[in-house]
Amino acid sequence: MKKVKILGSGCGKCNQLADAVKAVIASEGIEASVEKVEDIQQIMAYNILSTPALVVDEKVLCKGRVPSHEELKELLTNGPKGCCGNHGSSNCC
Amino acid sequence: MTGPRQKFPEALVPENVKWISGVFAAALLLILLYSNLERFAALSLQIAGITRADRFGEALYFFIYEVPKVLLLLTAVVFVMGVVHTFVSPERTRVLLSGRRTGFGNVMAAGLGIVTPFCSCSAVPLFIGFLQAGVPLGVTFSFLVSAPMINEVALALLFGMFGWKVALLYMIMGLFVAIAAGLVIGQLRMERYLEDWVQKLQERTVFPEADGEPMSWPLRLGEGISHLREIVGKVWLYIVLGVGLGAGIHGYVPENFMVSLMGENVWWSVPVAVLIGVPMYSNAAGILPVVEALLGKGAALGTVMAFMMSVIALSAPEMIILRKVLKPRLIAVFAGVVAVGIMLVGFVFNLVL
Repeated sequence: MKKVKILGSGCGKCNQLADAVKAVIASEGIEASVEKVEDIQQIMAYNILSTPALVVDEKVLCKGRVPSHEELKELLTNGPKGCCGNHGSSNCC
Repeated sequence: MTGPRQKFPEALVPENVKWISGVFAAALLLILLYSNLERFAALSLQIAGITRADRFGEALYFFIYEVPKVLLLLTAVVFVMGVVHTFVSPERTRVLLSGRRTGFGNVMAAGLGIVTPFCSCSAVPLFIGFLQAGVPLGVTFSFLVSAPMINEVALALLFGMFGWKVALLYMIMGLFVAIAAGLVIGQLRMERYLEDWVQKLQERTVFPEADGEPMSWPLRLGEGISHLREIVGKVWLYIVLGVGLGAGIHGYVPENFMVSLMGENVWWSVPVAVLIGVPMYSNAAGILPVVEALLGKGAALGTVMAFMMSVIALSAPEMIILRKVLKPRLIAVFAGVVAVGIMLVGFVFNLVL
């Protein structure tokens, strides 16, 4: 069972990410719990600079943007390939 | 995001050739459209059998000419910025700024604020992340002022509506405000007005790292396109509505209507414009077309510019977000210093131009 967390202080993009993640989990039948973390102090514990961020089993997989459905599928099933969220994309809320 | 890393010379990879020629063709098309806008607007009026002689015709012409012009420019600028963003992640900016001293650090921070992707809802993590990495408070503020104020949408719209000189001037003045505000806040040594939990976090220093591997050009250009889709998708309606309103003012409000209110001889217009603008929250796209129309009716450029800067740079929602990390006194100083800087810009503009 995977522990998925969505970090973000309740902005539009954070909700988008949460919905996208839930959709992927449902369609792929992944066993996972989804939790939204809105408390800024908790968010800062993950040492990120931009929200929303996707955390799976306490590892930050993606930050500052909402990945596509395909990419999320990849991230949630196989884990990071080392290419997500590191490009300083501006796709934030 | 997947796909093999290219091993041979970048320019020769077929995929790159495809992308580069695509971008080149798009650029040519943009230039072609852009240089024929007046003809297009005049022709449309002719076909519809409307002349520019009456008010309605003039307003309509303004609308048909301005909307595509602004949208084309916005498309070009936002795409370029989307690509630039792939080179400057917040993490990389943090590495560049960490340990910089006041002065040069402020100049760098303000400059990086233009090109680093930033959104106000990430302001808090970014703020704390910078401080944790040893970026001085004043330098962090320079970044925090410049990043939202000098954004590509504002620059593209200014460029489209007032020409490149005004856009450049806005950028320079924005940099000035950001650098000066950061210097002042740094000098005031206000570290103890950070919220207590932030001060504690600061003791747990983070060694800044820029993660991320080099990207291939197709990926970067792809990012540019998704940036374009997102931003233009978000603001095009504002632009159309704003230009529509502007067209109405353009056609129907009498010439020199604004002179007595916002003209350059009315000294108090700058502070009043800033006071009204600070709590307002609007994106550049919504405010600019109105601004253009006001200018056309005799409002002074400096006054209008100060109004715009204060709307974009400071807003009530942003203050509420920052309240989580700053004590009220530091927020007040931050807003006050930036507002004073913007007023100075307004006065200088009015005097010089």
